Amino acid sequence: MKLKQLEGLLGDLEQFSNPKVELEQYPTGPHIASRMLFTAENSYGDITDKVVADFGCGCGTLSVAAALLDAASVIGFDIDPQSLETATLNAEELEVEIDFVQCDITKLELKGQIVDTVVMNPPFGTRKKGADMEFLSAAMKVASQAVYSLHKTSTREHIKRAALRDFNAKSAQVL
Amino acid sequence: MRLIVHNMLSCNIRGVANKFPLRIEPKKIIVKEVDFNPDFLKHMIAKIDWKALVDGARSMGYTELPDHAPDTTTLESDESFLRKFHHSLLELHLEEGSLVCSETGRKFPVNKGIPNMLLHEDEV
Repeated sequence: MKLKQLEGLLGDLEQFSNPKVELEQYPTGPHIASRMLFTAENSYGDITDKVVADFGCGCGTLSVAAALLDAASVIGFDIDPQSLETATLNAEELEVEIDFVQCDITKLELKGQIVDTVVMNPPFGTRKKGADMEFLSAAMKVASQAVYSLHKTSTREHIKRAALRDFNAKSAQVL
Repeated sequence: MRLIVHNMLSCNIRGVANKFPLRIEPKKIIVKEVDFNPDFLKHMIAKIDWKALVDGARSMGYTELPDHAPDTTTLESDESFLRKFHHSLLELHLEEGSLVCSETGRKFPVNKGIPNMLLHEDEV
């Protein structure tokens, strides 16, 4: 699939009708979502034929992108039932298979090494302080190969340090 | 919820030791075919908790899986096994039902295919 085609398909997805501010709900734009997943696959081979988890999937933009890039299995996790309903509709609309789980990611216990890659656009921590680091910590525990995550530019160095020092990352890069 | 997801979910209630696997109590199951990807399946054999998969499949009405996965040397030629593995891992959907913690009996409901793993305040 070409990048432009992926971006076009993601642009048609339903988004939050009543975003919940306390959960920092906002759509992941098709421009960045398509480029993020395209890079993850084309430069690193982390999407096609892999098991991909989307933490804080919201309306499922990143999950749908992973499915369109032929991930072997995609699982979206979110705490909000309305978002998960929208995400389910989006997956049906684009005719992709995505499993969804309703949970609090900071309390989730996932067993084993099944998930290869975690992709996410987590809360930045503007409402609940430290939310971005909680999501990153959870993702690093679950992903056996790679985590792709969007963060505030001002936190770049902090995130890289935390990933290498505290979360057992073998490498950390800004892409 | 498909069994690939069930194979990673565990009970996250504070203090529980026997968290995995969760027992499946199905109310509604649907089957949706997806493309057969043998390379992916061979890659997954080592990562899956086999007993949890077999028990999960049985509780969803599918009894064709062997008690043990064949060893990797015979996998290349055993397409029939891979098809059964494919079907149980990726084509059986629990639409309505519950996932039950063996230790506490707590039921995590599954509605429209989505398990709700949110804990109550006293379970955290």
